Amino acid sequence: MSLNQVFNIAGSGMSAQSLRLNTVASNIANAETVSSSVDQTYRARNPLFATVFSEQQGMGQGSLFQPHDEAGQGVQVLGIVESDAELQMRYDPNHPMANEEGYIFMPNVNVMEEMANMMAASRAYQTNVELMNTAKTLMQRVLTLGQ
Amino acid sequence: MSISFDKALGIHESALKFRSERAAVLANNLANAETPNYKARDLDFAAVLEAQQGKGTQGVGMQRTHQQHFVTDSLVDQAAGLRYRVPSQPAIDGNTVDTQTEQARFAENAAQFQASFTFLNSKFKGLMTALRGD
Repeated sequence: MSLNQVFNIAGSGMSAQSLRLNTVASNIANAETVSSSVDQTYRARNPLFATVFSEQQGMGQGSLFQPHDEAGQGVQVLGIVESDAELQMRYDPNHPMANEEGYIFMPNVNVMEEMANMMAASRAYQTNVELMNTAKTLMQRVLTLGQ
Repeated sequence: MSISFDKALGIHESALKFRSERAAVLANNLANAETPNYKARDLDFAAVLEAQQGKGTQGVGMQRTHQQHFVTDSLVDQAAGLRYRVPSQPAIDGNTVDTQTEQARFAENAAQFQASFTFLNSKFKGLMTALRGD
């Protein structure tokens, strides 16, 4: 029954979006985490999304067709990537974390960008909840067949 | 005389199946609204209908004579109607999902599902009335 699939797909979307919200929370929480070297500085993290196809799920149903001939089965998070954007270097010799030359390193987190990202993630999450709600209503209607 | 459910229920049973499959395709679009390079898909009703009608007359479906043969039934039907949506505002990361459009299609599809269900339900009600005879 394909309506069951809607639950899996919307569920995968919800978990992917909540992971995205988690990375946003982590980025904002660490926006002011200073350190004394480039290596130790926190970098903005972002999840990498990809479509799930039924072969990847190992459903055992070998398909003759390439992935473009079948609809996907939801979304998955391939991994978390760190941003390559330049770190902010600041001259502050009185800071306790300052290095020998008097510089501290700030993370490359753009708080405005993260706020926009958070709103997009929560909207996408809501959309998935609505999908699940609609699918639930349809399934409940089907259960009343013949009554 | 035996009752043939296929004849009694008509097209509504298949229509309901099509609607639920389309719901899955549209749900997948919405779940992948932020996936880079994802292209929005949709099921084309006319193409699926044509494939279903052609199946009865031509009979080109594959038969499974061994357990390791591939299952092709549902895939062929779906591939017949599965199309890429023409993007109105493609994103710079290659994603062509327009959340508003997809939501509208999903709502439309849900309404059509309920319509098909209502027809199917009334068929069953008619059968029940015929059986009871009161």
